[in-house]
Amino acid sequence: MDPKMLTEGIVAGRREAGQLADAFEDLHPPLSEHEALVAADRCYFCHDAPCTVACPTDIDIPLFIRQIATGTPEAAARTILSQNILGGMCARVCPTETLCEEVCVRETAEGKPVVIGQLQRFATDTLMAADEHPFERAPSTGKRIAVVGAGPAGLACAHRLAMKGHDVVVYDARPKAGGLNEYGIAAYKTVDGFAQAEVNWLMKIGGITLQNGKALGADLRLDDLKAEHDAVFLGVGLGGVNALGVPGDDKDGVRDAVDFIAELRQVPDLTALPVGRDVVVIGGGMTAVDAAVQAKLLGALNVTMVYRRGKDRLSASEFEQDLAASRGVRIITNAQPVAVHGNGAVREVEFAFTDDDLKPTGQNFRLPADQLFRAIGQTLVADGLPDLDGRKIAVTGAGRTSVSGVWAGGDCAAGGDDLTVTAVAEGRDAAEDIHARLMG
Amino acid sequence: MADLTTDFVGIKSPNPFWLASAPPTDKEYNVRRAFEAGWGGVVWKTLGEDPPIVNVNGPRYGAIWGADRRLLGLNNIELITDRPLEVNLREIKAVKRDYPDRAVVVSLMVPCEEEAWKKILPLVEETGADGVELNFGCPHGMSERGMGSAVGQVPEYIEMVTRWVKQYTRMPCIVKLTPNITDVRKPAAAAHAGGADAVSLINTINSITGVDLDIFAPEPTIDGKGAHGGYCGPAVKPIALNMVAEIARSPEMRGLPISGIGGVTTWKDAAEFMVLGAGNVQVCTAAMTYGFKVVQEMISGLSQFMDEKGLTDTSELIGRAVPNISDWQHLNLNYVTKAEIDQDLCISCGRCYAACEDTSHQAIAMSDDRVFTVKDEECVACNLCVVVCPVEDCITMVEMQPGQTDPRTEREVVKEYANWTTHPNNPGAVKAAE
Repeated sequence: MDPKMLTEGIVAGRREAGQLADAFEDLHPPLSEHEALVAADRCYFCHDAPCTVACPTDIDIPLFIRQIATGTPEAAARTILSQNILGGMCARVCPTETLCEEVCVRETAEGKPVVIGQLQRFATDTLMAADEHPFERAPSTGKRIAVVGAGPAGLACAHRLAMKGHDVVVYDARPKAGGLNEYGIAAYKTVDGFAQAEVNWLMKIGGITLQNGKALGADLRLDDLKAEHDAVFLGVGLGGVNALGVPGDDKDGVRDAVDFIAELRQVPDLTALPVGRDVVVIGGGMTAVDAAVQAKLLGALNVTMVYRRGKDRLSASEFEQDLAASRGVRIITNAQPVAVHGNGAVREVEFAFTDDDLKPTGQNFRLPADQLFRAIGQTLVADGLPDLDGRKIAVTGAGRTSVSGVWAGGDCAAGGDDLTVTAVAEGRDAAEDIHARLMG
Repeated sequence: MADLTTDFVGIKSPNPFWLASAPPTDKEYNVRRAFEAGWGGVVWKTLGEDPPIVNVNGPRYGAIWGADRRLLGLNNIELITDRPLEVNLREIKAVKRDYPDRAVVVSLMVPCEEEAWKKILPLVEETGADGVELNFGCPHGMSERGMGSAVGQVPEYIEMVTRWVKQYTRMPCIVKLTPNITDVRKPAAAAHAGGADAVSLINTINSITGVDLDIFAPEPTIDGKGAHGGYCGPAVKPIALNMVAEIARSPEMRGLPISGIGGVTTWKDAAEFMVLGAGNVQVCTAAMTYGFKVVQEMISGLSQFMDEKGLTDTSELIGRAVPNISDWQHLNLNYVTKAEIDQDLCISCGRCYAACEDTSHQAIAMSDDRVFTVKDEECVACNLCVVVCPVEDCITMVEMQPGQTDPRTEREVVKEYANWTTHPNNPGAVKAAE
């Protein structure tokens, strides 16, 4: 074993650059043309296809696969992108195993679905490699619309509005556009700077101005935006992170998983990114898996994901769980944290085993940890926003908020799963509604 | 975006994809669904005289499947419409009224009697339909009664009936041809002589798709017996392409519009028919296999293809390959190619070796460590290795350049074109003037 693996504490350079490059390579290498044709050939062109019904953006999947099968992946890409302008990213990050591919009739019949996600990537990559933007702007309407948040919802909304001829200003708090596509997804799911490449390609529609470093609350006020624009779309995501609420939660080495994931995506040299020897991730969702797997890939010796409920309640899909397991992540279920121990920095995390009703069983255990990631959900930072429904912005119809002229979509809006593809659908549909309202 | 609008014998449609006269166009309900899905036109399922014919009450279809149960060939023993004439006419009128931009052509089949045609044509004209198609092609059932392919196999009948039709209606007349003949140019020429505005082909091919080996009866089996049916679908496309090409390049029928039919399943099939001279295509099996929505891929694919080729109008596509359809005797015998195996792509399956060594020219060498190479001194450039190779582009045919010596013949490759008509081995060779 490499002695660097055994070094205690949060240190950089646990693995060589070459090992890291291999570890973080594309999770699903792109299909070759031949592979795509063979995979496309398996599609039965189902009527009223279950895959399309399962897709939050209603992509006509049988049609695009047939277009691949007949040698026109560019036409396939148009079919995809007309419904989902971020079809390239969704092809990479969608949990297809719980959406389109889960309901593929060949999954039902044979346990082997058509590889819809990979085919979607083949099509969109082909079109984007040609550096073509397949849509044209309608004549200018003279309307100005503010989109707050350049994540999947905001970008989808902005693109659709720009296509309809409106002028769109997109504000984002971060230095780069893309939202979670740029800052919140495991690196091996979107290699080679794809998130930025996709934003640049999307912007070719024209009529969209990006303003980075502008956060709602700090730099922008909703009232001002409303006054200066014909409509406002809020796609601000969930900026806050839930606290553990146990003693020792603030010790050194305790960190939000989303920050670790974001830093990993932005760091130019992974050998410079420190990671613990014994890493514990608390949570059972995609963020927890992304953090755990990437900590392991960086060279952590022990990575344990701990979830308070049973395995059947893990929100990370079977595929994600298997991925974590295959990379050496241990998953413990039915255990909730009760204390973080350590003198200044975390040394151990104490858990209580729980039953299915989250009642402690009386049996506790401790895991050694020099780094602890919180991944138990994000929350909306809700200053000066329209009315909430629970902890998110209340919406009716296609994202209409309690404030006239203000729409919302994506993770910050109530309803729908917190998925990239759902955010795209909500942004797109809000844009259509804004357009209808402004032009109607 | 390329303009897919087509004008076929004066009948305009938003795209060249029509549904052929067949079960999918038997009723208003189906045709409305087809138009909603995007089909450019339909040829309504063949109308006949009242009382309507009856169909069998057992299976009407037989099929050939490829691996993964892809339908490759379909055979049917369904007859013309079995609904009353008046019902069909009423529905045709309603559909045409609601879809004025789509082509609605009505297929007809009545006995070879002038009165019969004289009687039905005004009824069709009254519906507002755009044209008629004469069904001289159905090879089963109706042919036993002296109609369908029984007419299509006798050029004189074709010409006679076509004349009647042109005499009794102003509607464009398309004559649908049967492939169950020896030379398709003869019936086509007869239609042309009779004044047909266009021909459409091919109708289905006489076929038995299979035999039930437990009861020793052809399929589809009706109470222990089977009758031949009409074969269609992807399997018949090569036959149809050739027949379309034969007519398109025939000097006597130059300019005679052709509606291409036979196994059109994708945009590519349609493009192939069109460059061989078809002004549009008619589709049946693909729709019956995949549903009407399949037309959307045909539209997007043909449009993309035309854009890539810089073509803006279907008229630029139609007939584009016709000048390149030749006779064997005019092929260039001085054109020499050799097979070449890309060793990086080769997966060492040895299929090329087996094919060449066992059945062809022993032109591929196999080493002890399974490296396969072409022996240029034996290779006659037959292309069989390319055909059987499972890896696309692994084996290619490379053209030899003038000045190089063909190791097989030990002759120098020359640039000049020379064909069989002047070849010294040809007893009938035309000698150049001395």
